[in-house]
Amino acid sequence: MLKIENLHATVDGKEILRGINLEINEGEVHAIMGPNGSGKSTLSAVLAGNPAYTVTEGKVTFNGKDLLAMSPEDRANEGLFLSFQYPVEIPGVSMTNFMKAAINGKRKYQGLEPLSASEFLKLQREKKKFVEINNDLTNRSVNEGFSGGEKKKNEIFQMAMLEPTLRILDETDSGLDIDALRIVATGVTKLKNEKNATVVITHYQRLLDYIVPDFVHILYHGRIVMTDTKELVQKLEKDGYDWIKEQFPD
Amino acid sequence: MKEEKNIEQIGGEEYKYGFTSDIETEVIPKGISEDVVRLISAKKEEPEFMLDFRLKAYRHWLKLYEEKGVPTWAHLEIPEIDFQDIIYYAAPKKKEQLKSLDEVDPAIRETFDKLGISLDEQKKLSNVAVDAVLDSSSVKTTFHAELAKKGIIFCSISEAIKNHPDLVKQYLGSVVPHTDNFYAALNAAVFSDGSFVYIPKGVRCPMELSTYFRINAMNTGQFERTLIVADDDSYVSYLEGCTAPQRDENQLHAAIVEIVVMNNAEVKYSTVQNWYPGDKDGKGGIYNFVTKRAICKGDNSKISWTQVETGSAITWKYPSCILKGDNSVGEFYSVAVTNNHQQADTGTKMIHLGKNTKSTIISKGISAGYSQNSYRGLVRVAKDADGARNYSQCDSLLMGDKCGAHTFPYADINNPTAQVEHEATTSKISEDQIFYCNQRGIKTEDAIGLIVNGYAKDVLSKLPLEFAVEAQKLLQISLENSVG
Repeated sequence: MLKIENLHATVDGKEILRGINLEINEGEVHAIMGPNGSGKSTLSAVLAGNPAYTVTEGKVTFNGKDLLAMSPEDRANEGLFLSFQYPVEIPGVSMTNFMKAAINGKRKYQGLEPLSASEFLKLQREKKKFVEINNDLTNRSVNEGFSGGEKKKNEIFQMAMLEPTLRILDETDSGLDIDALRIVATGVTKLKNEKNATVVITHYQRLLDYIVPDFVHILYHGRIVMTDTKELVQKLEKDGYDWIKEQFPD
Repeated sequence: MKEEKNIEQIGGEEYKYGFTSDIETEVIPKGISEDVVRLISAKKEEPEFMLDFRLKAYRHWLKLYEEKGVPTWAHLEIPEIDFQDIIYYAAPKKKEQLKSLDEVDPAIRETFDKLGISLDEQKKLSNVAVDAVLDSSSVKTTFHAELAKKGIIFCSISEAIKNHPDLVKQYLGSVVPHTDNFYAALNAAVFSDGSFVYIPKGVRCPMELSTYFRINAMNTGQFERTLIVADDDSYVSYLEGCTAPQRDENQLHAAIVEIVVMNNAEVKYSTVQNWYPGDKDGKGGIYNFVTKRAICKGDNSKISWTQVETGSAITWKYPSCILKGDNSVGEFYSVAVTNNHQQADTGTKMIHLGKNTKSTIISKGISAGYSQNSYRGLVRVAKDADGARNYSQCDSLLMGDKCGAHTFPYADINNPTAQVEHEATTSKISEDQIFYCNQRGIKTEDAIGLIVNGYAKDVLSKLPLEFAVEAQKLLQISLENSVG
């Protein structure tokens, strides 16, 4: 589904990704872990096409297409979804209008007619129920005045609406209390199927207790320095990252 | 950062209505003088009182012009205007009185069609009566008969001068006297046409009244004059929409709108203004210097101004409310968009004279490109205006960092019981917001439309529905290519 080869990227002229190689197939769950500043969020931003980052080298194929040649919205419409670490507030724009623009943007890309208002509202009702979010969220402006937990739940709600094939969760567990974490993680798990793949970017074990990874990668200094199974998570939880730093000096 | 650079690369979408129609036009020579004023009045076969009205105004204007020159207090860079280089009167050559639409010049009909205005029966289905002003002379007024049944007068001001001289004499210049300001004096001297509305006592106008203005003849300044009188217990909603053909030379437009609202009456006046703003380098475009004012003369009367301003190179406009009647209400809802090199200095005046008068000001400025967008508002509470209340909210939205947004609120409160509130915010459309939308599959253009319409929602919701849809599209079009 996704193949990353020798990916290098910079922000403000500083090289953050220094040769990432990673292959993700349908149905898989990958965890990307690593100490602060190792490039985890940069990787997600580059894959989503954030214009603040510049790709200097490498190749990314998504469903056989050249991902890096696509605009951010086309990447989204091709099925790439990024759950933001810091979801952005858009005052005055209701979640309903926002999602309608998103859904119909995707349908247009796929050559489908836009959903009618009633079809859309029906879909929205179903998905809200599915991810256990309360009703008034969709009447509020996008993320405006949302608590940390509400914002993250809102990301999962959008994921449920858009049904992406590649789901990238960027530090989705940060700022969540244990109940919100459960709801968010359950949502992600319930939406998992053999056709989609999941990338979980995190520092901690706790989210991975719910979303069990098939592979765990350690990102350090812009490179994936280690790939293992879920047992690696426990070691990191117990020993921290110091041993990685020692093993892979700058 | 790449996106930031893009934000600065401001382009404007090509003006869609840049065409001229080939209609035979009768024009008088360039320039202004007492003779020109007399000529206009004569051509329009006006009664004596109108000529006096015009001459008085002309003499006042001349005095202002010679002593003080053009007004410069607004936050605008106005190139020098040569008032002798303007043609003050142009009217499509008249055939005999028209009985049906078939008799309207096909070229004129075509112009309307291009603008999406139809004079035919379709409008009846959409419940809109249109008094179309092509250049300066009214071509055709529809729904006359239907409105006449209710005693409503909706016609060109020229016809009103001929057919309803008493009403015109009583109210013309009563809200905006020719001494009001430089451009008001000029307009009073040379106005060529405009609309007149009279709603009799107790009548609720059954449809939205709508006027489309269109500047058409080369080098012709437009001086529209609109007068609306709503008698006791009446109601009317009036729509004004404008487009103009593309021009290289700057075109001066100095209109006056006067509204008189009597006891328990209500007038809603909505404008969507989309005149040629000039090209992306700031060349050409309309100068729009308008004086709009309403007086709530009667008790419990209400006036509501709603405007969406996206066009013109320079806009100088302050639709105002004089709240004279006790318990009268004035409202001003405005969205002003400036892009490229456009300049707008717009706002309102709320003059509280009566007791328990209330006013609301919601102003939303959107600046992009190299444009300058100013809100200028005055809230005045007179000594005897016990219990007056005002709420003002002035928000500015910036796109990119080459544009400017300015707020000039003035308050002049002379009564201790007055309650006056003012809130102001400034925000930016951030790259993060755009990217967030992009990541959900929403194109940058659509994202801007979404964000801007969300921002302007409080104002757009005040427009009549068919206008609101048009206005939403217009906002998005005006800002196309301004980010990303």
